[in-house]
Amino acid sequence: MLTLLKFEARPEPSRVAGWISPLLAAGATLIVGFVLFTAMGKNPWVAFHAFFVKPVATLYGVGELLLKATPLMLIAVGLAAGYRANVWNIGAEGQLTMGAIFGGGVALALQESTSPLLLPLMLVMGVAGGVLWAAIPAFLRTRFNANEILTSLMLVYVATLTLSLLVHGAWRDPEGFNFPQSKMFGDAAMIPILLPETRLNLALPLALAVVALGWLFMRKSLWGFRMRVAGLAPAAANYAGISAKRTVWTGLLIGGACAGLAGVTEVAGPLGQLLPSVSPGYGFAAIIVAFVGRLHPVGIVFASLLMSLLYLGGESAQINLALPSAVTGLFQGTLLFFLLAADVFINYRLRVKRPRAGGIPA
Amino acid sequence: MAPPRLQLHGITKSYPGVVANSDVSLEVLPGEIHAVLGENGAGKSTLMKIIYGVVKPDGGTIAWEGRPVTIANPARARRLGVGMVFQHFSLFETLTVAENIALALEPDRAGPGLSERIRDVSAKYGLPLDPERHVHTMSVGERQRVEIVRCLLQDPKLLIMDEPTSVLTPQAVDKLFETLRRLAAEGCSILYISHKLDEIRALCHKATVLRAGRVTGDCDPRRESSSSLARMMIGGDLPHPRHREAQAGDAALVVTDLSLPADDPFGTTLTHVNLTVRAGEIVGIAGVSGNGQQELLAALSGERPVPDAATIRIAGKAVGRLDAGARRALRFAFVPEDRLGRGAVPEMSLADNALLTAYREGLVAHGFIRADAVREFAEATISAYGVKASGPDAAARSLSGGNLQKFIVGREIRQRPRVMVAAQPTWGVDVGAAAQIRQALLDLRDAGVAILVVSEELDELFEICDRLAVIAQGRLSEVKSVRDTNAEDIGMLMSGSFITPGTESGHQYSPAGAI
Repeated sequence: MLTLLKFEARPEPSRVAGWISPLLAAGATLIVGFVLFTAMGKNPWVAFHAFFVKPVATLYGVGELLLKATPLMLIAVGLAAGYRANVWNIGAEGQLTMGAIFGGGVALALQESTSPLLLPLMLVMGVAGGVLWAAIPAFLRTRFNANEILTSLMLVYVATLTLSLLVHGAWRDPEGFNFPQSKMFGDAAMIPILLPETRLNLALPLALAVVALGWLFMRKSLWGFRMRVAGLAPAAANYAGISAKRTVWTGLLIGGACAGLAGVTEVAGPLGQLLPSVSPGYGFAAIIVAFVGRLHPVGIVFASLLMSLLYLGGESAQINLALPSAVTGLFQGTLLFFLLAADVFINYRLRVKRPRAGGIPA
Repeated sequence: MAPPRLQLHGITKSYPGVVANSDVSLEVLPGEIHAVLGENGAGKSTLMKIIYGVVKPDGGTIAWEGRPVTIANPARARRLGVGMVFQHFSLFETLTVAENIALALEPDRAGPGLSERIRDVSAKYGLPLDPERHVHTMSVGERQRVEIVRCLLQDPKLLIMDEPTSVLTPQAVDKLFETLRRLAAEGCSILYISHKLDEIRALCHKATVLRAGRVTGDCDPRRESSSSLARMMIGGDLPHPRHREAQAGDAALVVTDLSLPADDPFGTTLTHVNLTVRAGEIVGIAGVSGNGQQELLAALSGERPVPDAATIRIAGKAVGRLDAGARRALRFAFVPEDRLGRGAVPEMSLADNALLTAYREGLVAHGFIRADAVREFAEATISAYGVKASGPDAAARSLSGGNLQKFIVGREIRQRPRVMVAAQPTWGVDVGAAAQIRQALLDLRDAGVAILVVSEELDELFEICDRLAVIAQGRLSEVKSVRDTNAEDIGMLMSGSFITPGTESGHQYSPAGAI
């Protein structure tokens, strides 16, 4: 008789598996990476070193790691609030872009300002931009039952093209030799540097504070509790009088606010101006970060650091080993795949089963 | 003498943490109607699944007509001549009766002439059935007929019936018993699973009683009393609720001319429903499931608000358009018929599930959850209602149906409601817990709460209600005092007899449950 491996639901999620699963994923990734790099004719140990050690070997490298992790954790914690409630905001990239346009627009309009209130105003406007952009799918979903996955995603393209229109047109720097970019922001519009000799700025503590707020909201507030109920058991939410519309609005607006904030901290931080593209895809990568972090704020902090390391490691491997970018992308994807796949063991266990021959119960 | 049709010896089956069957032995003779009696969770279903080849026993032997056999799967069981009618039907709604039956038969029997054979068998056993009808147009009682005919077409020598009467009107139960007696007279053995003592005494020749997975007695139920059977089944006497005369006060829940179109194709349209529940009384609504109970309950609870606010009033306030939360704020409590996924979130702890509806009981301060107060509330509910759980941290889905039901009922009662609506409050709950829940409802009534109970169990309704109505095809009958009616009258009403012909019917099913 054949033996089969079968996944069997655990009565309770396993805490042990919760800790072991990332290690399992790391192990599996190293094995695949070993084969992959060897097949490419590279020394796998050198490749691993280039990926995971070299990027953070210097203080500047650590600064870059934290700098890139900042928008990721910010966006991911906002998305997680929605995902917990089954509100699938896929359009954080667009909300980030709108945040950058709103916040950056303030900086450009008040270019000569030296007021200490300029930066806070930009942050508020950035949040407002993200909220506004997320409000569209929320309205369409609650009013017309339009799927927010599609609407939020489509609005990404509207947002990035709007930004492109602005920096190619009205907001283009007249002294910029026709490059599609805005003027540089004034000093008062820039987020202060946190660590000298690096580009790391005060957005990091701000993001950590938002993560803490996110934890407080999801874990300690009645509202957050009700969002989780709506995600786990919609019928129970309806039974308890939890408004489905309010859940959708909350989930999308929190995601939009966080993404908008991330957008303005990017342009008021490392970029210092508006460009046709203000994000290397943070809004999409944050979706992965949210899930690798198991939709938990603490997990999201770690996942954003990992994701950031993969960004830097990919560049470092391309430069140091002359690996094609497709290969570094493949390796990054492998790790994320194993991380998410290994989480299956938290709720399921493997059983060896002997199949019964034929027969369906009548 | 012929060997026993089925002999089980020392059957044992355990699941992680639970022993479902321990050293169970039992013998069924040809033509015998053999009851397997036990509370929920006593191991009846596991035993039947072992006989039907769905579950493999850890130990013990099975002999079929004197020869030892291994029943590896249901197909093997069917070839031996075992047929089973499950408690939950496995029919495809979009197919016809004949198509559904053909799917379950061996290919050589499913060919042409099947419709004829269905007609023959159904006529012979008094189970009228049209082979060309689509299942979705049929009532629950008719669907059960399909399941029975499906088994009979396989010429079974042993028919297993798993709680077959829970979906039938009293008249339909009588018809079913006639069919079963005729089958037995022809030599077919019947294993009849139930926890309803009266039925077993009326129908069965022999009974095997299970408690906590073990056989606690064998008897001839015709010679036993209900209380002696109950003692074997629960190891003690059946508790009887104290029932005092109702002191009904002001109208607390009033439904005025509620009509509501069905919101899905297989739903029921509510037509001109009128109902008043006064403080300090229990009003019951009987009926075969699928006759508008779900729709009425959703409208009452606010899970599906109705367009005209004034059609539903709680304590005088028009609430038709309010959602469930706003109605709860008026001290309205509700125990829904589905526990997991509606009355409770399966993945969440009991503490979180207490918070789900009881957050107005001081469990929240400034929008933040008071974890200690939540745990205290959950712990108090667990101990006050004898919920068997490891504690407030136990996930709702880890509890048995009856225990979770006790927790939900307790959670709702402890919110000191003004109006309480309970749907199937003791469905699937063991006898002891059911009595406890009924007593809790009666105590609540005596404290001046207006209570509406929707149930399919007539015994239960007669036991606790002061007034009774019947719902059929989305219409509600006149509400009568329980003293002025009896089970037979209610049974007639359940088949829709009170609906005057000629009035337009919003219901999609034919008259319900009349086997």
